[in-house]
Amino acid sequence: MSKKEWPLWEIFIRGQHGLNHRHVGSLHAPDAEMAINNARDVYTRRKEGVSIWVVPSSAITASSPSEKGPLFDPAEDKVYRHPTFYDIPDEVGHM
Amino acid sequence: MYAQMIKSESSNDDPQALAEFQARIDRGERIEPKEWMPEGYRKTLIRQIGQHAHSEIVGQLPEGNWITRAPTLERKQILLAKVQDEAGHGLYLYSACETLGVTRDELFEKLHSGAMKYSSIFNYPTLTWADMGAIGWLVDGAAIMNQVPLQRTSYGPYARAMVRICKEESFHQRQGYSIMMKMAQGTPAQKEMAQDALNRFWYPSLMMFGPSDAESVHSTQNMAWKIKINTNDELRQRFVNETVPQAEYLGLTVPDEHLRWNDDKQGYDFSEPDWDEFFEVLKGNGPCNEERLGARRKAWDDGQWFREGLSAYADKQATRRTAAE
Repeated sequence: MSKKEWPLWEIFIRGQHGLNHRHVGSLHAPDAEMAINNARDVYTRRKEGVSIWVVPSSAITASSPSEKGPLFDPAEDKVYRHPTFYDIPDEVGHM
Repeated sequence: MYAQMIKSESSNDDPQALAEFQARIDRGERIEPKEWMPEGYRKTLIRQIGQHAHSEIVGQLPEGNWITRAPTLERKQILLAKVQDEAGHGLYLYSACETLGVTRDELFEKLHSGAMKYSSIFNYPTLTWADMGAIGWLVDGAAIMNQVPLQRTSYGPYARAMVRICKEESFHQRQGYSIMMKMAQGTPAQKEMAQDALNRFWYPSLMMFGPSDAESVHSTQNMAWKIKINTNDELRQRFVNETVPQAEYLGLTVPDEHLRWNDDKQGYDFSEPDWDEFFEVLKGNGPCNEERLGARRKAWDDGQWFREGLSAYADKQATRRTAAE
């Protein structure tokens, strides 16, 4: 047991202004409680956040780099999803 | 620098794959952990980021030496916060390094066995309070020279760690300069102490950038991979140009009789540090090598029972949770 390494945790912090929790990095800790304690010291020394999430890294499933094409290329030719695709005459005013 | 003389590892990878990889770097793309990378790139980065992380951790020791003896409560709080930042920087970098397929404990073991290095600068003693000023001003100043360009390095996790570190590093340099200002404007004895600290830390700070590497194959490869952005001489010159006027403002003298402004190159001419001394320190023969590594090993060994206790508690809680479900 003495040689067992502590598991890795991914740390998410929500800043002061009501935005989403954002991934800020990772750290090792023996359990979730210690992960939160450590995250407070490592990632919020300068009031970076008001809330901390910790997730075991092993619980995260990530898309594979080789899937980049099939996953993200289809969005490329759909410019009509953006408001700037549409010309609105000046007379109409702000929309 | 915090990572000195990083030898690049060669790669036996498929030439086609290597060319595509280089093209990605040339286009300014970031390389991310799960993506293909040449074995040499991976190994070189482990060495570089690991050495950088070790430097942050060992770098706590010379300053930790003065926390209990800081002249005022405010200075003590500031120094404590600075040293805590260094621990944080080490942790960001270890995490980045682990994404390359090495474990935290492996990295610690390599530091403790001497298989991996840390920056030569931390093998010098901190004899007086003025050394806290000189370290913040000069050592952190030199680190910033290197770390700011590294925010654009090709490896994503390393670049992101550098962004975080650079945000905090400016505080370190300014608190150091503030100590120097206070002492330089103090009694003649205090000013002399500040001058003495500058005398002792000037050349070791210049050594931090490493010997001239304009001709080095390792440096050429590492620059092509964008894990090194500037040559050692470029960074050293930049450091001298910025630091000399700051010393003048303090009314202190840079200990170099050949220091002169050179109008043609718009920079200072200055003396090289003693590179024999540098190599001796790197080999383990500096004034404090044994003390620093000894302190690291002791901290690791003394903490063993505590780490085990936390693990045992975590296991017990997990078993209880499973039983309750």
